[in-house]
Amino acid sequence: MLEKVDVLIIGSGASGAAVAWSLAETKMRILCLEQGDWMKQSDYPTNGRDYEARLYSDYATSPNIRRRDSDYPINDDNSPIKVVNFNAVGGSTVMYTAHYPRLHPSDFRVKTLDGVADDWPVDYATLEPFFAENDRMMGVSGLAGDPAYPSHALPMPPLPLGKSGTKIAETMNKLGWHWWPSDTTLATTEYDGRAPCINLGHCTPACAQGAKASTDITYWPHAIRAGVELRTNCRVREITTGPDGMATGVIYYDKDGAEQFQPAEVVIMACNGVGTPRLLLNSKSAAHPDGLANSSGLVGKNLMFHPWATVYGYVDEPMDGHRGPPLCIWSQEFYETDPARGYVRGHNFQFNRGIGVGTEAVALEAIGLAPWGRDHHDAFRALSGHRMSVGMCTEDLPEEHNRVTLDPVLKDRHGIPAPRIDYTISDNTNRMLDFGIARAKDILAAAGARHVHTIRPVAYGGWHLLGTARMGTDPTRSVVNEWGRCHDVKNLFIVDGSIFVTSGGVNPTSTIQALALYIADSIKQRLATLFD
Amino acid sequence: MTLTADETADYRCIAGMIIPASEKYAVPGADDDLIFADIIKSIGRDEADVKTALAKARSLAGGPLSALDAASRDSVADRLRAEGGNPVAILTRIVLLCYYRDDRVMISLGLEPRPPFPKGHVLEQGDWSLLDPVKARKPFWRQVP
Repeated sequence: MLEKVDVLIIGSGASGAAVAWSLAETKMRILCLEQGDWMKQSDYPTNGRDYEARLYSDYATSPNIRRRDSDYPINDDNSPIKVVNFNAVGGSTVMYTAHYPRLHPSDFRVKTLDGVADDWPVDYATLEPFFAENDRMMGVSGLAGDPAYPSHALPMPPLPLGKSGTKIAETMNKLGWHWWPSDTTLATTEYDGRAPCINLGHCTPACAQGAKASTDITYWPHAIRAGVELRTNCRVREITTGPDGMATGVIYYDKDGAEQFQPAEVVIMACNGVGTPRLLLNSKSAAHPDGLANSSGLVGKNLMFHPWATVYGYVDEPMDGHRGPPLCIWSQEFYETDPARGYVRGHNFQFNRGIGVGTEAVALEAIGLAPWGRDHHDAFRALSGHRMSVGMCTEDLPEEHNRVTLDPVLKDRHGIPAPRIDYTISDNTNRMLDFGIARAKDILAAAGARHVHTIRPVAYGGWHLLGTARMGTDPTRSVVNEWGRCHDVKNLFIVDGSIFVTSGGVNPTSTIQALALYIADSIKQRLATLFD
Repeated sequence: MTLTADETADYRCIAGMIIPASEKYAVPGADDDLIFADIIKSIGRDEADVKTALAKARSLAGGPLSALDAASRDSVADRLRAEGGNPVAILTRIVLLCYYRDDRVMISLGLEPRPPFPKGHVLEQGDWSLLDPVKARKPFWRQVP
């Protein structure tokens, strides 16, 4: 048996890294188990000429396509939206586009404001100092003064507008609709050892420049220097409990595949909205026949994704294409509820600069705009580099039938049952998509775009894995309390996106990390009475 | 598992059907020696789908594609795209991604034949005065009681 640690964190991604760093000042013995390994920037796709092709192999966004040793399979056949993630030190912050908005104040009060779902047991004001601390640690670029948000300062200036941003901004001004430079974790200046963005243009599958904040290069170096141990290639199979119902540690497979028991005083789960319910459900025992921390029956339920649509077309002017980060500017014109639209809650628009020539060729061929044969060249050259793209991120409300369970057949390479996803897009979200797609077409029409095409939903768009172990003060209607402690197991905490009560309508990483820092702070404030 | 000689010949024929050489742009077709070698090298984990697509092509052609005249090939190409499903999409994607990273093709498109890192690209700031009307708006985020 391994030596007992004070705090065991499962997962080294967005939330695991943040909670590890924050707790390090306590001088407790802290260990993080990560199923993947350290990544090397010299291996990242943009080092090579095949960088676009690697999106379909070892840097595919879906673990079912990527199939790295660190990945586990996910049965998402019964979902129009497929789970995408990354498993390594840094988790999915290695492979994300780095859009970094915060949830809005209204997002924490949807029951009060709109009569749907539930209010959160925390609010924006409570999280505000943790948002700020996290912005400083991750290094956020953007511009203060957005009228769509409470005021907040940002450590670095925004990304350039470029050709694409200028064209889109002119169009949005013509329509009188809100736009603003996106908050991103792409460094626009040197920042905490990171080099500034040099416009590699291919941000999502890891940044060879190191300009994109992933927790392997932000939180982890600080946490490790402060004494946290990070043990890689270790896949946790189950959380164990004692006769008193408290967690005693975890059983995991080490880098050699050997089974290990790691005892711990406190266990913190940071495995994302699919990995966390999977592990809780795999931790069932005679005392917990429905899975650990599941007396409410809500573990795995209320899965939320942010159904995504993309509407794009081609304008006469050259756009940035692959010559800059996909992130550019965004709009929150339709973010807050307006009953006249026929749905509650809202969505944002995210405008992307363009894509690489190879990826553009694949996209144009697929929709018949770059035909096979002698007409291919003229058709492709007329459109490549002229793409104007409007992405739409919709708020997804919790519904219990959208869920993560254990697949009865599928297992990972260690024989651990894999997750199964059952998910449908709600009527409210479908109405929101109808409205937003129509407005996106208005934008493209105002820009003079031709060959407008809609993708609804974006199938491989399940980045945001939320809601499957929700927060709340009522143990019958939630899995963790208002500071992340499981109602059923008083030394078990969850800090990832599972604990979201509702999804908001923005990319969640900033809020996930702010919550993790808030929970870490709550733990530090309560050390003497943590298990009461 | 690797492609047979017949499969390789058919794939090369299809590559040339997808993107033929162009005198106008002075670029080779995707059946060019260098580009097709890259295509073959890049099949990797997609080999089963590529083989499925090639079997479909041969079935539609009733034999080697190279034995068909141009009109018959075009007819096969149309049916292959319409009926071939995901395997044909994958076969096509490999051709396109390899073609659009060939030095000659990139130069013809006005692009530098290099990976993005470490040189990167230049992105102009743009006209930030465009933001003035948005800055002038009153805060419109929803107040919470």
